Amino acid sequence: MADVLARRSCGLGHVRFEKTTSHPASIGASSMADTGVLEALLQRVEKADGGVDSLAAAAGLGVDHQVIVGAVKSLQALGDVISAELRSSKHWELTEEGTETAEQGSHEARVFSSIPAEGLPQAELMKLSFGKIGFSKAMSNNWIRVDKSHEGGPRIFRTVESIQDQVREKLLLVKRGDAAQLDEKEKNELKKRKLLAEVTVKSYWIAKGSSFSTTITKQETELTPEMIATGSWKEKKFKPYNFEAMGVAPDCGHLHPLMKVRTQFRQIFLEMGFSEMPTNNFIESSFWNFDSLFQPQQHPARDQHDTFFLSDPALAQEFPPEYLERVKKVHSEGGYGSQGYKYDWKIEEARKNILRTHTTAVSARMLYKLAQQEKFTPVKYFSIDRVFRNETLDATHLAEFHQIEGVVADYGLTLGDLMGVLHQFFTKLGITKLRFKPAYNPYTEPSMEVFSYHEGLKKWVEVGNSGVFRPEMLLPMGLPEDVSVIAWGLSLERPTMIKYGINNIRELVGHKVNLQMVYDSPICRLDS
Amino acid sequence: MPTVGVKRDFLFNALGRTYTDEEFDELCFEFGLELDEITSEKEIISREQGDSKASGASDLILYKIDVPANRYDLLCLEGLVRGLQVFKNKLEAPRYRRVSPDGGEPQRLIITKETAAVRPHAVAAVLRNITFTQERYDSFIELQEKLHQNICRKRSLVAIGTHDLDTISGPFTYTAKAPGDICFRPLNQTKEYTATQLMSLYKTDSHLRHYLPIIEDKLVYPVIYDSNGVVLSMPPIINGDHSKISLQTKNVFIECTATDLTKAKIVLDMMVTMFSEYCAQPFTVEQAEVVYPDGKTCVYPELAYRKEKLSGEFINRKVGIRESTDRIAQLLTRMCLLSQPTGVGDEIEVEIPPTRPDVIHACDIMEDAAIAYGFNNITRTTPRTYTVANQFPLNKLTELLRQDLAAAGFTEALNFALCSQEDIADKLGKKISETRAIHISNPKTAEFQVARTTVLPGLLKTVAANRKMPLPLKLFEISDVVLKDESKDVGARNSRRFCAIYYNKTPGFEVIHGLLDRTMQLLDVKPARGEGYHIQAADDSTFFPGRCAEIFVGRKSVGRLGVLHPDVVSRFELTMPCSALEMDVEPFLGFTAEVLLTHDVPMQETFKHQFPARSQSRPALPSRPPTTKTVFGDMSSQAGLEALDGFLADRSYVEGFTASQADAAVFDAIPSPPPPAFCHLRRWWSHIKSFQTERARLPPAKSQFVLPPAPPASDAGEDDVDLFGSDDEEESTEAARIREQRLADYAAKKSKKPALVAKSSILLDVKPWDDETDMAKLEECVRSVVMEGLLWGQAKLVPVGYGIRKLQIGCVVEDEKVGTDLLEEAITAFEEYVQSVDVAAFNKI
Repeated sequence: MADVLARRSCGLGHVRFEKTTSHPASIGASSMADTGVLEALLQRVEKADGGVDSLAAAAGLGVDHQVIVGAVKSLQALGDVISAELRSSKHWELTEEGTETAEQGSHEARVFSSIPAEGLPQAELMKLSFGKIGFSKAMSNNWIRVDKSHEGGPRIFRTVESIQDQVREKLLLVKRGDAAQLDEKEKNELKKRKLLAEVTVKSYWIAKGSSFSTTITKQETELTPEMIATGSWKEKKFKPYNFEAMGVAPDCGHLHPLMKVRTQFRQIFLEMGFSEMPTNNFIESSFWNFDSLFQPQQHPARDQHDTFFLSDPALAQEFPPEYLERVKKVHSEGGYGSQGYKYDWKIEEARKNILRTHTTAVSARMLYKLAQQEKFTPVKYFSIDRVFRNETLDATHLAEFHQIEGVVADYGLTLGDLMGVLHQFFTKLGITKLRFKPAYNPYTEPSMEVFSYHEGLKKWVEVGNSGVFRPEMLLPMGLPEDVSVIAWGLSLERPTMIKYGINNIRELVGHKVNLQMVYDSPICRLDS
Repeated sequence: MPTVGVKRDFLFNALGRTYTDEEFDELCFEFGLELDEITSEKEIISREQGDSKASGASDLILYKIDVPANRYDLLCLEGLVRGLQVFKNKLEAPRYRRVSPDGGEPQRLIITKETAAVRPHAVAAVLRNITFTQERYDSFIELQEKLHQNICRKRSLVAIGTHDLDTISGPFTYTAKAPGDICFRPLNQTKEYTATQLMSLYKTDSHLRHYLPIIEDKLVYPVIYDSNGVVLSMPPIINGDHSKISLQTKNVFIECTATDLTKAKIVLDMMVTMFSEYCAQPFTVEQAEVVYPDGKTCVYPELAYRKEKLSGEFINRKVGIRESTDRIAQLLTRMCLLSQPTGVGDEIEVEIPPTRPDVIHACDIMEDAAIAYGFNNITRTTPRTYTVANQFPLNKLTELLRQDLAAAGFTEALNFALCSQEDIADKLGKKISETRAIHISNPKTAEFQVARTTVLPGLLKTVAANRKMPLPLKLFEISDVVLKDESKDVGARNSRRFCAIYYNKTPGFEVIHGLLDRTMQLLDVKPARGEGYHIQAADDSTFFPGRCAEIFVGRKSVGRLGVLHPDVVSRFELTMPCSALEMDVEPFLGFTAEVLLTHDVPMQETFKHQFPARSQSRPALPSRPPTTKTVFGDMSSQAGLEALDGFLADRSYVEGFTASQADAAVFDAIPSPPPPAFCHLRRWWSHIKSFQTERARLPPAKSQFVLPPAPPASDAGEDDVDLFGSDDEEESTEAARIREQRLADYAAKKSKKPALVAKSSILLDVKPWDDETDMAKLEECVRSVVMEGLLWGQAKLVPVGYGIRKLQIGCVVEDEKVGTDLLEEAITAFEEYVQSVDVAAFNKI
């Protein structure tokens, strides 16, 4: 337990990595210029004709230019109190070193002045902060000389009586704001020595705005509990929000788009009174997946190239024995009004375990169970679950996908009924233009492919498959002869890809999913 | 679905009119065909081999038409045209006739008995005085190819050989010989080869190599000779060059060899019905005789016309139309099913021609009537089927959970059920043999070797594929995994899992643990030992040592959570710490008002199939020991079986995680196969049964579960030591004593460490069956339950309605010795009085 506690305390101390974000639509409580500066500025603007420059105002008010810039922004936020036009100008400024030089003289001048008449050992000079640079400059100015043969090491002597520190004088000029008196060459020279720098100054040209006033009411950023309590909000002005900005994304989880579509399909079936089949069995015997559906054992779908077979557990162990005999008979000899397929039906083939290739295997189990009831009752079943095909994979085909299936079993159902149910089902998906093409399916007769008119593509596209289960499938199960079972199926992935505009199925299903797509996908309304 | 390519202009010429592409598409749609593509030879070659190769190719427009897989009569231009012309009422379906040769004997094909070992069936026919053109010849070859690919199942079921009859002389012999003994010049080769040489020659042939495996491993290969010893063909691989047909061929001998006689007859009928059109006497086929090894002679082609009678009402009722009998007969006739009313009521006689082997039931005829009527002319109706919808409870729970897990800040992932062995074993630091995974025998790539046994690898791979996303990544998935399960008919079952991971710069165990707490809150399970949930340290190679805990709900393990082992993180190409949770969802299903749905079908017929290989090697079951008494109760009583069923609901074995002698002993105590109602017991029972051959090698039992026969009781002949007594009368003191001792022994053995004596105070609600139950007696029964570490407290009767009162009784238990489930089992055993027992309150002292 102590261990757990220790871990817990560590855990509680962990750093949160969530981004700390402030509300971008608010102005925020950042550098709000204080009211004094704002009003002083406004008074200057009032006195001036046409407007004032922010730099001049800063100089005049004796505050930093940034304070004035802040004031301008604050005033702008108040509405049309002022109008401010951004201007930029270049000017020369002393660098830190330049300021020092202007105050104390250039390095070379300081070297000169630090040398007494009797001279100074070079080593001493080099110890001074300005020694190195000043020495070489003073040398090139011929202000000093070095006596290298002097006993006790090289010694430096003045060569002239007095000097004129031009560098300092020039810098003083700049400092006074008279940089214009220097020519470009001189300025560049000083720039090279890193004493001067050319800076671009952005300033505002501030003029009166349409609702100019020299007094300002301090604007509040946000409503506070105190304001509500005291009622002070009634007197306050609030800064406007910037509605152009995006809001802060909520910290939340997301459902997968394919599952969102699945939820909607489930909903549609439930609305139509269909009960959900227990499809939680991916492993199926060939018997239930194929044989019980009257799909012959040599059918290409039962090939290694189309179906995943199992090596462990390779074979199913148990079947309802009498039913199995009836299935065997209808395949190999016919019966129930059928010629049968007339081939040697083998239990070994039926026992082979596979990954189910369609959920119709479960429908077969459910219909068989229905047939075992004392009295037949009509049913409507549906399922949406995974099925598996050992097929070639491409941008729209995976080895596993979700099959949507609907089944209705009742006395006297007609082909017209199947079309009617399909019409209702697809209407709920927002698809109203339907037509049906005769097709072939081993376990349904008649079989129909369902086509819908695609307004975008201006053509009919296949949206599903349907049919009436063959008597050779239903009668061996023990269902009454006049009971018909109609069914249809479609994939879940295809409508989802169309709905969410996804071209590569791998971006939708599987680990290569684009989580951003999952985060961003809208809710699923199939009929809109 | 097979696709047939036809030249548009030839098609229109044969149809006697031209169509626009749209019109023809419409006609196809109505008839159940699909105009898949409009192209040209040039376009195809240029697409497949580049423009340079295509320069000389034909510009003629080709229609690629998809044909339903069971309509072999539409696999060539001739058949398509015939079908469409009849459909459009422009042609009457021809009548195919089998005729004897003009003077002389029919051709004979003699089958020798050697063929039985490899390809036992053959049929044959002759097309006499045929006139080929290049187009007809190409179509003739193409139809053979289409048939080979479809109904013939790539020649494995049937192989067709066509020969210029004027180059060979009958009778022909179909035999089988050792590959070295067959020698001939195969089609389009310049020299002779033995069959053995041919097999290696064609190993590299892009077309023929696919057929080699059909006979490759056989001792003898099939071969057909003429009377002069000329080889016609070596089916299903290649024909001889000697008898090859050409544009000039006038008389064609067709043979089909097969492993499936029904299909051979169909294939032969197709070949001759389609191309007898070009014979001097159109639609006549010269018969051939096939002599079987037993001397029996059959005449082919069969060209059988079958007659079916059905009622117009049947068609109307099934399709949902109201048409007269005459009109229905007309509709069917347009589908090449010549029909007429018999005049008896609404009876219609339908003749199914040899071209329509797909018609095997009245429902096929009904479909043709519907097609001719026009699917889209049928009024759409709403069935009046009244049903109440139910959700599958497991899916319902899953749906509800998903919503709230997303609301808890986790994002849903969706991964494949199939994966590699490495994903579920090596990468997680486990052995594949420990996983109970099912294995796929024919995966095309390693991605499909097994079905996943855990959802975790999928989530880790999802994170790996989304490393660019801002941290933390919080993902979950509720999906099925697949586990081997001997109790299921297929030997495997799905199990629904909830898995979540947290991926960040810190492990975030507290986040995953918090999600567990939230999930339990959602599932209405309180944090508490015993009936609630708790976690406790566990060892698991997937997790970082000391950072893994097992999740217990009501003392049953439902899953694990923890910080993943750094090796696991690295193997999934991740770089940050990660914590994860995976647990079963099914234990939380509880009882729902809805019918319990399952795909398990009743196997009520007790006869189980005898599968020779297994049953013969299985020795007879050892004889039953004289006792049926176990710590779970008497295995010959319902109550005992029920107790064991409950015990096994969440356990694979009686003891530990592998089968042991404990299982074998309890197995032996069960006198007969348990009834299906006890599903857990049954699953366990059939699983343990499978160990019979190796039971001697099972590890020894740690505890004693089967009780030795009790010494004969003095008071009565009854020696039943019925643990949780289903008996009516009070237990004898002797029995009670024994039971008490057993329970004590069991409890003592169950406790692993002599830890601090943790005690709990429990308040039980014991509900009687009805208002007439003797509550005093009930209380007496309850108090008669004696266990070490159990002390009964005060009791009172609380009204629950309708005059029924429940017994509310308190007790103090030592946690190590007495569990609520043990207590509940003991009390519910008084089934005469007790309907149910619930824990009303559970407090640690």
